[in-house]
Amino acid sequence: MAPEWIMGLAGVLAAAAPLLIAVIGETFSERAGVVNLSVNGAMLLAAMAGFAVAVRTGSLELGFLTGILVGAGMALVVAFASLTLRQSQVAVGLVLALLGRDLAYFLGNPFMGVPGPRVGALPVPVLQDLPLLGPLLFRQSPLVYIAGLSVILAWIWIFRTRPGLVLRCVGERPPAAFVRGVPVTRVRYAYAVLGGAMVGFAGAAYTLDLKGGWQGPISGIDGVGWIVLAITIFGGWHPVRGAFGALLFALLQWLSLVLQPQLPGVPSQVLNVAPFPLMIFALLLTNLGSTEWVQTLLARLPESGRRLAMRILRSLQVSPPAALGMAFEEE
Amino acid sequence: MKEILLPRVRTSRWLAVGWQGLSILMALLFTTLVLLLTGAPPLEAYRQVVEGAFGSLKRATDILVAWVPLMLVTSGLLLTFTAGLWNIGVEGQIVLGAIATTGVVRALQHTDLPPPIILVLALLAGMAGGAAWAGLVGLLKVYGGVHEIFGGLGLNFVATTLILWLIFGPWKRPGIGSMSGTEPFPERLMLPTLPGLRLSPWALGMALLSVALVYVLLRNTYFGLRLKAIGKNLRAAHLLGVPTTRYLFLALLGCGAMAGLAGSIQVTAVYHRLIPPISSGYGYLGLLVAMLANYRVTWSVPVAFFFAALNIGSIQLPITLKLDSTLSGVMQGALVLFVLLMQGVRARWQAKTTVESEDGA
Repeated sequence: MAPEWIMGLAGVLAAAAPLLIAVIGETFSERAGVVNLSVNGAMLLAAMAGFAVAVRTGSLELGFLTGILVGAGMALVVAFASLTLRQSQVAVGLVLALLGRDLAYFLGNPFMGVPGPRVGALPVPVLQDLPLLGPLLFRQSPLVYIAGLSVILAWIWIFRTRPGLVLRCVGERPPAAFVRGVPVTRVRYAYAVLGGAMVGFAGAAYTLDLKGGWQGPISGIDGVGWIVLAITIFGGWHPVRGAFGALLFALLQWLSLVLQPQLPGVPSQVLNVAPFPLMIFALLLTNLGSTEWVQTLLARLPESGRRLAMRILRSLQVSPPAALGMAFEEE
Repeated sequence: MKEILLPRVRTSRWLAVGWQGLSILMALLFTTLVLLLTGAPPLEAYRQVVEGAFGSLKRATDILVAWVPLMLVTSGLLLTFTAGLWNIGVEGQIVLGAIATTGVVRALQHTDLPPPIILVLALLAGMAGGAAWAGLVGLLKVYGGVHEIFGGLGLNFVATTLILWLIFGPWKRPGIGSMSGTEPFPERLMLPTLPGLRLSPWALGMALLSVALVYVLLRNTYFGLRLKAIGKNLRAAHLLGVPTTRYLFLALLGCGAMAGLAGSIQVTAVYHRLIPPISSGYGYLGLLVAMLANYRVTWSVPVAFFFAALNIGSIQLPITLKLDSTLSGVMQGALVLFVLLMQGVRARWQAKTTVESEDGA
């Protein structure tokens, strides 16, 4: 049996997997310039619908497929409303975030607490017997392998391939891409839907794997979507940095669970909500370096300390794709 | 998150009504499909909602009980929307208002102060609590570069936790804390209601006052004009000498105070104690009301009433039809979504027809 802390870290990886897949999805979408604010609602609805279909059909594959379709469908609505109908991306995304949540609770009512199929661990032959690394990495659910793979593939796709270059250009300088013959709107549609599909897949992973079932409002999935959006920003729209952010969140959440017995005075709810102040703090870190008052504060520091502080703050700084959330008229 | 939007199109009133009607029809169609998906009889469900909302005088006044906090929140949100802010944190601002009010009542209920004074102090504290929570969103945005959507949402979750911690911790009932909330207030510290009803005329008055205040502020004052300038173009307003930071904070503080007052009223006039779901989701609902009313004060009054009616009408659904009462949320969300979509369709359609008629001329 592996030491306890290894099992804990393995749990962190499992908890980070769906988060990571959703972050990569949203990163794709935002790289193309589409902010899909509906993520929270999409994940909840995909989680519920995926579980409901899996319960009715007994097929996990159909459950995940349903989740993917739900996520892709909601992203398609955001894309259609903003890219074709020129409505505010923020407004439509927010409405869908709220609508998705209510739909999930309304439609999911009969499936609350119902037993259903669940993804099991899929140990990798040979590798699973490695000391420490085996139990940490290779006795996981397939979700973890998919998450790891998606980070690597996303990095290669965005930074090392021609279509990835097109994607970045569409998000940064759509007019330049357009004069080069790139169908900007179509590319945006494609990545928004791809991103939504990944978000939906991640949502389904919560009920079909991580949490094992649908519990309605107490499923503990509400809010995850907002964290995904925040990590996407914290990750600077970079898949590897985003993955790092997702792992960090999962790690801190696990630590808060481990610490709980040590802090009997603190009710469990307080630690459960820890990710949200953390989310604000993470976003704060990405911006602090560029704010005026921090700059003046830094100027007062002695030379050596200032260099270090500036280097840390600069490494945390991110800049969004230049055309993020902006409309582009093809003419 | 900048965005470029098409200017609002001006056309005949009847055509506008027609487009809105189409949106409502599509939203109804969507909700009907959702109901069919659950196997529930849609017409019966709609009948139950109408019955639940207007079936008796008591229920009809219950709509007003729900309308009061919703309208307060929406009034506040019209300030922040005018300033171009997405104040999602309004939900937490309601909660903080409720918490601050409960704190004051708990601290003063055993003193000799006359009850009206305690109540006034409690309501003021609620406004201050909501405003402080909104101010935090402003600080994060202005001095930390954290977009108000994320700052606000994060603080919403923190507020929910704060309320749970208080109810299960320092403010728990003698014995054991439970989801049923804190110890009820003494009767003299409840906002008086109309005989036999849950509606407090004081609360109603405050809601009406806040709508009127926001209406006048936005329509007839220099403050409102500057706020609009900021909302339309922050940079341009700044270059023209509008103290943008101060105005952003004023809008947020005003909205927070109104949301906090809504929370205070929920505590002092409706539930008479602090309960975990004290905000009843009115913050998020207020955002939908403001969007559906196209950010106009006059329209937001009937829209808020309609949404409140849907909420009250759905309360009985779990008992009568074994349906979840979130049906009202589905209807409200669908309505706003389809109105947004149809706005876009309409703008495109009109752009096309103008281009065609110009070509013909």
